[in-house]
Amino acid sequence: MANSLKCDLCSKPATVHLTQIVNSKIHKVDLCEACAQAKGVTDPSGFSLADLLLKASLNPEPAGEAKCTACGFTQQDFKKTGRFGCPSCYEHFSRLLEPMLDTMHKGSSHSGKIPQRAVARKSLYERLTQLETELELAIKAERYEDAARYRDELSQVRQSVEQKPSAGT
Amino acid sequence: MKINELIESHSELTDAAASKSAVVLMTRIRLARNLAGQPFPGWAKEAQKRDIRDQCMQAVAALPQMKRGLAIPVEDLDELQKQILVERHLISRELCHTKAGAGIVISKDQSCVVMVNEEDHLRIQVLRAGFQFKKVWSTINALDTNLEEHIDFAFNPRLGYLSACPTNLGTGIRASAMMHLPALVISGQMEKVVRAVNQLGMAVRGLFGEGSDASGSIFQISNQTTLGESEEGIIKHLHGVLNTIIDQELNARLKLLETDPNKLSDKIGRAFGILQNGYLLNSGEAMNLLSLIRLGIDLDVFPDTQRAVVDRLFIECQPGHVQHAAKGAFDPAQRDVLRAARLRSEFAKLTHPDFTRTAK
Repeated sequence: MANSLKCDLCSKPATVHLTQIVNSKIHKVDLCEACAQAKGVTDPSGFSLADLLLKASLNPEPAGEAKCTACGFTQQDFKKTGRFGCPSCYEHFSRLLEPMLDTMHKGSSHSGKIPQRAVARKSLYERLTQLETELELAIKAERYEDAARYRDELSQVRQSVEQKPSAGT
Repeated sequence: MKINELIESHSELTDAAASKSAVVLMTRIRLARNLAGQPFPGWAKEAQKRDIRDQCMQAVAALPQMKRGLAIPVEDLDELQKQILVERHLISRELCHTKAGAGIVISKDQSCVVMVNEEDHLRIQVLRAGFQFKKVWSTINALDTNLEEHIDFAFNPRLGYLSACPTNLGTGIRASAMMHLPALVISGQMEKVVRAVNQLGMAVRGLFGEGSDASGSIFQISNQTTLGESEEGIIKHLHGVLNTIIDQELNARLKLLETDPNKLSDKIGRAFGILQNGYLLNSGEAMNLLSLIRLGIDLDVFPDTQRAVVDRLFIECQPGHVQHAAKGAFDPAQRDVLRAARLRSEFAKLTHPDFTRTAK
């Protein structure tokens, strides 16, 4: 029943019920009259359901707990600015982010351009770590033929990593 | 290239004589990119921001597309110069307000711009007069690929390019078209169009982006979502919506001609009269009058050769350009005199309206 719905923002009985279709996904919001006014719902030009949903999903979270270990950005900071502090924030705040992405975007995973060189560089680094581990294991197990092979490949990979241009020119 | 040379030379937009498409004035695409492992501009310390800027500007300025262009820190520009760049749609208002550590690189023909340390480390932008998404996308895609050779972008295989604001996550793309929609405005249909476009997940803004008004019946329409769809998909989707809006506008024009041609001719004729004889014109009024002249060109009231002049005046009657042309700083009341004088002299040279095509 519509009357039993509570406002998504303040839990008073909701009297305004909104439905917006973004990219053929249906989003619904229920608001009390005061919140609807405050959020500019009555003004068709100045209202975005996505913003509202984003804020609503942030509200119940206890503030200031999660923190990005790479840059020190807190959940509170995100609540204030709506921006993240650094690329690593996306990992640290993934719990907060995931529900937002659904309402904000068409999908939740990237299907566009991939920076080939950055990805190649990353996989080279991954291969490097992998080879180092395998080399260590081979030496421990006294598999010296394997170890020699790993060592050769390792020096090759190291060389190509160094050849890659670093940032800047 | 120096900033003054750039301001004096014609820009892609002010020199858009070739714009055949009557409704779409300009096509623009921007990509948001960030450096891996570095705090975003809004969170970085000042010294970090400067380092990031130096690194980015050096890499961008070295690109073949930016040869003989302009590369300059924002703090080296005065207020008027910044305003002129905003009026040419080259940089954002937000960039002008950044305190320190921001920079700009602009190509010689003013069609490619990279803003450094705006909301993201890099905002790459390509703009072209007319309706040209294919060309703009291939240009910006190549620019981005070239830049990637020198800069490690923050990228996550599942989330795509990582941006300061999660609304730009994924492709980091915003494709937009600047559209001239006078008939939809005159016939009161614009609100309906805005609502429909919003429901399709696209945004409608005024001439100068977020928060600006729609003087001159000029609107910017762009995609809002960036994740979950490829760049080509996003552009195609937007393209389809824009084509529908073009049809709506052209239909609205036919309808106006059919139902009340005299009223329409009168509006265009009066606009010409005021532009030719007015003595005080603020930029909003000037834009609205120029908009009617542009509509008149589309309806054959004026010859098509006048289109380039009108498109240029849309930009040159903005406050920054008016002051620059008069070589000084002037308050709004003085600017209105200067603007009207400029428009009088331009319109003295133009052909008088010929209403044989619009009359009943």
